[in-house]
Amino acid sequence: MMPTQSTAAPSGGPDAQRAGDDPRILRLSPRDNVAPLKTRARRGEAMLIAGQPFVLREDVAVGHKIAVVPIAAGTRILKYGAPIGSATADIEPGQRVHTHNMKSDYIPTYTHDRPSNVGAAR
Amino acid sequence: MMRGYVRADGRKGIRNTIVVAYLVECAHHVAREIALPFRHKGVHVIGFAGCYPNGYADAMMRKLCTHPNVGAVLLVSLGCESFNRAGLMQHVEASGRPAHLAVIQDIGGTKKTIAEGQSWIQWTLDELRQTPMADMAMSELVVGTICGGSDATSGLTANPAMGRAFDRLITEGAACIFEELGELIGCEAHMEERAVAPELAAEIRHSMDKAGRYYQAMGHASFAPGNAEGGLSTIEEKSMGAYAKSGAAPITGLLKPGDVPPTGGLYLMDMVPDGDPLYGFPNINDNAEIGELIACGSHVILFSTGRGSVVGSAISPVIKVCANADTYRRLADDMDVDAGRILEGRGTLDEVGAEIHSWILRVAEGEQTASESLGHQEFVLQYKTFEPIGPGCLPLVHRRVPVAPAATSSP
Repeated sequence: MMPTQSTAAPSGGPDAQRAGDDPRILRLSPRDNVAPLKTRARRGEAMLIAGQPFVLREDVAVGHKIAVVPIAAGTRILKYGAPIGSATADIEPGQRVHTHNMKSDYIPTYTHDRPSNVGAAR
Repeated sequence: MMRGYVRADGRKGIRNTIVVAYLVECAHHVAREIALPFRHKGVHVIGFAGCYPNGYADAMMRKLCTHPNVGAVLLVSLGCESFNRAGLMQHVEASGRPAHLAVIQDIGGTKKTIAEGQSWIQWTLDELRQTPMADMAMSELVVGTICGGSDATSGLTANPAMGRAFDRLITEGAACIFEELGELIGCEAHMEERAVAPELAAEIRHSMDKAGRYYQAMGHASFAPGNAEGGLSTIEEKSMGAYAKSGAAPITGLLKPGDVPPTGGLYLMDMVPDGDPLYGFPNINDNAEIGELIACGSHVILFSTGRGSVVGSAISPVIKVCANADTYRRLADDMDVDAGRILEGRGTLDEVGAEIHSWILRVAEGEQTASESLGHQEFVLQYKTFEPIGPGCLPLVHRRVPVAPAATSSP
């Protein structure tokens, strides 16, 4: 597999897509520090992220996401321009981001004022 | 420039549909038979199946029968059901629309009612050719959004592309509505930040807490192992995939089914019933949600699908945005927009967003969507209960559409 990819977005459109991105990367918002992949990519393949080459350390399936900038442990993970959790380890660009290195920050407040009988078996 | 059918309440419609409404399931067959020869002439069947009265169903029927896309209404009643047919009839007549009430037990059965209903429709079709039209501004347009038959591509292509279309419509003055609180669990904090006022943020939190309790009582798990296999790491991320439909505009207000947005901007529709879970799931299927978006005045519905839903709707056209390119190829006749092409490198989110935007304008100008031309007119209305929305839900501005007296419809 050739590591070099075209540096322009497939359509050439500006989008959230950056010049120097591998076309397999789908940037959903310019604010994001992660991006899902449009197609499966394999371990050992090189991938350009904002002009910088990175080698994938593991297989990444369609829709799974990689870091597009360095992410320090504890940092909020941004996708769609919104926080979807936070990093539990330092993550380098090109590294896969999933349940092994990030966690949910969601606290369900609805349980706070929940009457004790709601949700009981009926 | 969009052209709209002028209604007496000041709103404008992009269709001039005759609605045949059954008022109990026992009148459904007769209503369907009346409409059958006219089903490609803009005659749609809606109705309420229940025999017991319900305030929500009553209000929904009033909103739907006086929706700006509706030009005339034929009510079909068995006769002994408890639906307030006189009240609905009065409401429709007061809106300036041609209306007729056919009571099967009074007319003398199935055959006679079908004949009477069909001759009324024949007469009304001619009548509706006289409906005045006028230029329609973007600020008079209401667009709803929903996803159904979702798969892992929905949150990557169709939903964020629809969000981009929403952003543009809102900039141009339109009102846009998103909903399905159960799919937004995890996004509460972000929605509160987007609210234009702290009072609205509190209302959103209140509605989302209600949704969390309701879905838990229904035994609905929010995050399943299959979600992680698909690449989703957290409940926030899963919900963001659906939430992306709403775009990036500030949230202007919170509606419940039947509340019409008083201004342009982005609105969240709270469709989770108030009080104890009395009647089961908040919405039994996608069409129940579409019906509620239409009751809020939506002229057109954006529907994102990955696995390939084929549904349309009575009253308002449904634009099908297909998230998955394989599904699009397999169900091409049922789809309007191929958003899955983004994953195949044949387009960007911005380009697909622009295509969705132009579809909305074309549909508003009369072009038929795939589901519309295939005759899809799905409709369902169930039992529910709602309290009115709280004082913090709507922006403190005057209605953008003045309520005109009922008699001023022909300029």
